[in-house]
Amino acid sequence: MKKYIIFILIAILGWTLAQTFKAIPFGADRRGDLSNPNKVAAYYLRQSPETLQTANSITAIVVNFRGFDTLGEVTVLFLAATGLASILYRKEEEDKTEVERVSLPSSSLVRTGAKILFPLILLLGIYVFVHGHLTPGGGFQGGAIIATGFLLMLITYKHFETNHNVMVWLESLAGLAFVLVGLYGLFMYGSFLQNTKSVGTLNDLISGGLIPLIYIFIGIKVGTELTNILDILLKIKPGREQ
Amino acid sequence: MTDFNELFIKYKDLITLAVYGTAIMLIIIGLYAVLLKKHLVKIVIGLSIIDAGIHLLFVAVGYIQNGTAPIFSPGYEQAANRMVDPVPQALVLTAIVIGFAVTALALSLVIRLYKHHHTANIDQIKSLKW
Amino acid sequence: MALILFLIVMAIILIAAAIYAVIQKDLLYAVLATGIISVVLSVFFYLLQAPDVAITEAAIGIALTTIIFIITIRNTSRNEDEYSEDHIKKF
Repeated sequence: MKKYIIFILIAILGWTLAQTFKAIPFGADRRGDLSNPNKVAAYYLRQSPETLQTANSITAIVVNFRGFDTLGEVTVLFLAATGLASILYRKEEEDKTEVERVSLPSSSLVRTGAKILFPLILLLGIYVFVHGHLTPGGGFQGGAIIATGFLLMLITYKHFETNHNVMVWLESLAGLAFVLVGLYGLFMYGSFLQNTKSVGTLNDLISGGLIPLIYIFIGIKVGTELTNILDILLKIKPGREQ
Repeated sequence: MTDFNELFIKYKDLITLAVYGTAIMLIIIGLYAVLLKKHLVKIVIGLSIIDAGIHLLFVAVGYIQNGTAPIFSPGYEQAANRMVDPVPQALVLTAIVIGFAVTALALSLVIRLYKHHHTANIDQIKSLKW
Repeated sequence: MALILFLIVMAIILIAAAIYAVIQKDLLYAVLATGIISVVLSVFFYLLQAPDVAITEAAIGIALTTIIFIITIRNTSRNEDEYSEDHIKKF
């Protein structure tokens, strides 16, 4: 009985969505007038190369126009990591057993490959978040790539440990630096996360004012945070609790 | 790219169905898994499938016919009239990262529930006490 | 023409992988199917002129989401229909 009610509900939802998106034609121009912007999309597309000198307009939206949302997003990510760590917490005093992240040792081929690939993956991640305002990519993508590199080392080597103190300090300082950059805008130009007046020229590495600086901080914060999440999850003690 | 433009006009219904239809199907399949499956990991898989469908729907709404990616190059500052809508893309960028954080939190709860109740089947988890 | 054919094949793979992920009883295969959804989805984002979103989906959806699901399955049960020993004893 419950099954049929759910099927009917899903069918109604699907029909409603189909009817709604029939009214939104695919591929139609909904950005508004570009020469005289009356919608946000047109305004952002005009302002991004003109006043901000940022090549990647998505970065301009994420970091500059909607910078406060991004601060909230970073906070949500931080809260999720904290919640995960506290849910999976186990007391060290009661339980001193060493937890093995991987049960089988990896072959020498995998170990050598991981050793060669690890610095290259880190380099790619740093490249992606430093060039976030010029090419596709940015702090979140670069941070995720860095976490993938650490993941490779964590599951290949049994004794590879990330330095917990360094990770926590890097994460805290990067988050603090983001807020300080916002406060700089507040005191110098009158609104939180306001960009500087001199923004450089389009397509230079140092352009877009404070945008590359903020994205570098976001990249460091996201990278260390995701690495911590993976480290905590890989160290779960096997077996059952009473 | 005029070639693609003609093809787009000719097969517009088919492309619309392939993009919007896929996204709506993903949402429906994910909702089915969330509502009718009993295993907790399957429910989280359903949530991530709903996420994927919604992301595809958002990006598809921002697409314009014969558009290019919203990234400027020197000498092409006037190329903005062919660029796709950047606002849905920025929103989806946020949504993917938040979606990962939510999935990780949900899975940590699943692990704790399994370790306490010795099962991940929601029909067998009856007591609300941890 | 080839591009439109490619788009339709991609759409079919996406829906097939989603259905497989939902009906498969072995959870490890189901999780790998969600990884396939992410791969195809990032190609879709690239075709819809969203390279930023494609990179994000590739980095987070394929690598990190899949690995946290696999860690969860390692710590819980792999089979969907598995009943706990306590439950079997009770009935």
